[in-house]
Amino acid sequence: MTDATTAAAAGARRPTTAASQDRPSRMSSSFRTPSAIPGFGLTYGFVWFYLCLIILIPLAAVVLWAGSLGPARLFALATEPRTLAALRVSFGLSFAAAALNAVFGLIVAWALTRYSFPGKRLLDAAVDLPFALPTAVAGIALSAIYAPNGLIGSIAPFKIAFTPLGIFVALVFIGLPFVVRTVQPVLADLDRELEEASATLGARRPTTLLRVVLPTLIPALLTGFALAFARAVGEYGSVIFIAGNIPYVSEIAPLLIIMRLEEFDYGAATAIATIMLAISFLMLLAINLIEAWSRRRLGHAR
Amino acid sequence: MPADAPAMRLDSPTAESPAARFAITVIAIAFLGFFLILPLYAVFAEALRNGIAAYFESFEDPDTIAAIQLTLLVAVIAVPLNIVFGLAASWAIAKFEFKGKSFLITLIDLPFSVSPVVSGMCYVLLFGANGYLGPWLVKHDIQIIFAVPGLVLATIFVTFPFVARELIPLMQEQGTSEEEAALSLGAGGWRTFWSVTLPNVRWALLYGVLLCNARAMGEFGAVSVVSGHLRGLTNTIPLQVEILYNDYNFVAAFAAASVLAGLGLVTLAIKSGLEWRYGDQISAAHRH
Repeated sequence: MTDATTAAAAGARRPTTAASQDRPSRMSSSFRTPSAIPGFGLTYGFVWFYLCLIILIPLAAVVLWAGSLGPARLFALATEPRTLAALRVSFGLSFAAAALNAVFGLIVAWALTRYSFPGKRLLDAAVDLPFALPTAVAGIALSAIYAPNGLIGSIAPFKIAFTPLGIFVALVFIGLPFVVRTVQPVLADLDRELEEASATLGARRPTTLLRVVLPTLIPALLTGFALAFARAVGEYGSVIFIAGNIPYVSEIAPLLIIMRLEEFDYGAATAIATIMLAISFLMLLAINLIEAWSRRRLGHAR
Repeated sequence: MPADAPAMRLDSPTAESPAARFAITVIAIAFLGFFLILPLYAVFAEALRNGIAAYFESFEDPDTIAAIQLTLLVAVIAVPLNIVFGLAASWAIAKFEFKGKSFLITLIDLPFSVSPVVSGMCYVLLFGANGYLGPWLVKHDIQIIFAVPGLVLATIFVTFPFVARELIPLMQEQGTSEEEAALSLGAGGWRTFWSVTLPNVRWALLYGVLLCNARAMGEFGAVSVVSGHLRGLTNTIPLQVEILYNDYNFVAAFAAASVLAGLGLVTLAIKSGLEWRYGDQISAAHRH
């Protein structure tokens, strides 16, 4: 009885009862859900073709090259003292720069979302400057400012440009938008009632900020930190002008890759690139895990 | 006690004290000014250090002119290709349900997590003199590395996701009902795309193209690997900036850099304008 009525109702909506009843089971096992819209084959095929041609085959070349070296040779090349030093410089300073950006990015995001002050809109737009300004331009500008005869370099009590500190400055510049831009939307969506509830329960403002607001921002902060870190590790253009590029001291891993390529030592270049690729994929994974975790915990992404 | 009243007001439980507000605002402004505004100012100040005449004189250098032309050429090839890809990818991903969709989206975003230097290196391993296809290319007298094709390929690689990642979330949000309506009224596939889908995403498309173009013209690391730095032949503007700077020709280097900085500022201005005016018609998920 009930079966007949539902079948009748379904039949009223869709005339081909039999077909539509056996369709869902076929649908779930088939690759694509049927659709009235044309062009799937064309666009899907083109996307894969272009993706393979431009991205996947070239990246596979790196993996293939690393594979042909063999694990022992790859490990020997990657643990060469100069390579290790360059990796240490790149990863260490990227971590420090991302950490500084996490702190100041939070302050900037807070000021831009919660307060109003003259020129706020302009500053908000300026946050994206490191995305818009080509890295080479940023690089020569930063080295002009922080060089011993530059605007800041001349008044600083210690040398900034052409030391690891110069690399740090460039990496802070390049990573700055990531934390601000991941924290800002979360901060804007934050339910003010939570803060009011905390206040009515007797918490003073600093306590509310630390125990109510900050925990909800942690996933966004971590994501921003990871994005800034990943970007900084691979950064080349803004760094090389200000770094001084002294082997073992201020030589970054991407620069060492370029130098090995210029010596036609593809093996050594591949070894460094493999480590960097592996780390950036781990970061990508970490970012996805953080986002999944924050979705579970807070019920929204980022 | 009347003396307590102002103190109570200062210690509001739902807002920071005025002193804290002031301190946070000042720190934020100082940090942004220090790291963002100052470098921007430095570019133009250094470019105009010897006056406006010296500034314009540096654009008479034939190598700089060649660099500007090459940059335009590379962008004119790379950007349209990535637009076509972005439209195709967003159509396939947003208008259809298929298996492995989120994996495909991850792959499209992949170039953003690869160092630009590694992106350029991929092509050297493939097409370089000692690369996989190197001997074959030499035999057939085809040059890709240290030539324009290499620059174009590296630029396409690093600007690959820009258009697609703006369009995909927006078109997913818009769904398929309007296209289905157009089709049921007898419009063909192309007609539906041109008169229904494209107008719906035009501002997001412009937004993506803008970012794609800015990156294409300003890319340094990836093209640096494949360029070979042949003066007047394979140097884009960013590479020309590097050469002039390393020659201690600072005014000319910053003058060339000011062109790119100007492009960046225009990009930023239009981008902010689009966000402000058409924020609801640009993807909600954009944060890049």
